[in-house]
Amino acid sequence: MLTKRIIPCLDIKNGRTVKGVNFINLRDAGDPVELARQYAEKGADELVFLDISATLEGRKTMIDMVLKVAEQVNIPFTVGGGISTIEDVDVLLKCGADKVSINSSAVKRPELINELSNKFGNQCIVVAIDAKRLDGQWKVHLAGGSIPTELDLFEWAKEVEKRGAGEILFTSMNNDGTKEGFANEALAKLSSELNIPIIASGGAGTVQHFVDTFSLGKSDAALAASVFHFGEIEIEDLKKELKKNNIAVRL
Amino acid sequence: MKIVIIDYGAGNIKSIQFALKRLGFDAILSSNPDEILSADKVIFPGVGEASNAMRKLKENALDTLIPNLKQPVLGICLGMQLLCDHSEEGNTDGLGIFNVSVKRFSKEVKVPQMGWNTITNLKSTLFKGIRDQEYMYLVHSYYAELCDETISSTNYELNYSSALQKDNFYGVQFHPEKSSSAGEQILKNFIEL
Repeated sequence: MLTKRIIPCLDIKNGRTVKGVNFINLRDAGDPVELARQYAEKGADELVFLDISATLEGRKTMIDMVLKVAEQVNIPFTVGGGISTIEDVDVLLKCGADKVSINSSAVKRPELINELSNKFGNQCIVVAIDAKRLDGQWKVHLAGGSIPTELDLFEWAKEVEKRGAGEILFTSMNNDGTKEGFANEALAKLSSELNIPIIASGGAGTVQHFVDTFSLGKSDAALAASVFHFGEIEIEDLKKELKKNNIAVRL
Repeated sequence: MKIVIIDYGAGNIKSIQFALKRLGFDAILSSNPDEILSADKVIFPGVGEASNAMRKLKENALDTLIPNLKQPVLGICLGMQLLCDHSEEGNTDGLGIFNVSVKRFSKEVKVPQMGWNTITNLKSTLFKGIRDQEYMYLVHSYYAELCDETISSTNYELNYSSALQKDNFYGVQFHPEKSSSAGEQILKNFIEL
């Protein structure tokens, strides 16, 4: 049976992980390659690297990092952040990234999804959507959630699928950072209205939150950062608990 | 040991090269017929769309070269599907090694299948040391049906061929290069054939 995926997300700036990481037995907690290897050993199913470098120099360092991760890590990984052209994607895939994630650039120019999907195949194109519920309406936001748009989450998600996205990474800004659980109602609606995998993001705080997003939220994968980085939840323990709750996981 | 990964512009071949390197083998990326013919082992990768990939093979005359190879050949993902008779994707004729058709998953399930699923009914030395129900990483929208050449099956909507073998030709639907240590073991088994 296809299993549900657990995906740690690493923020990268100038080739280093940012946000504190609190692992024991790490020589260098800032080294994304070593962290990635640790996560792979602990049973992570995939990894996401989000480039938050604002400079060209930081971008180049990111490409070096992708190459090193591909060399040393034996599970799939996605790279996101600042990707807006076919050339950006081409370089990342050639360096060994399995998938790329696009967000604001897709909203600004939706044809980009078609172009990328036609050229590289839909399996490697993840469209990330940040949305916030305002007066009962889920509205898409840009630039890390700082700029609101008039786009409705569900309409946009359907368009993204039609244009050739292979997967959607949905972050609820209402839930992100709260550690009070994922936006399961919206996730379940996305999952029932669309026919591509949905990754839940934003709100992970406890093991039960993961159980809920796979059962109530019908998510195909769940992404989290701090609960993993700070060792609040160990991936192996998490997967054992999921299995006890009859959720298919790779153990 | 000379290992050649066929480079015809379809897919993430760097990952396969890196996985082999982790196992201690240097593989060459090439579309040159002489290089391919002189290899001890040939890896035939591929991601993307079937009819485009077949077109690229034809441009390099690889569509006639590959079926005549005598050394062990391992098709991965789309590479495996192209070794089959025919694919529904772009209504494309394949290289005809495996006597089976490639079909699309229905709308009853999410497409592509993306993630880790189990392989079972393992029937080849390719799987030496691999437990039944081992997890492999898969990303695909089309599948090869079960047939006499099936050497492992996987369930997604239905049971299908997650690996095939005929004579010196092997094919795996999953990505051994991305399937943790078990995937690396399968690559190692192939190299040691």
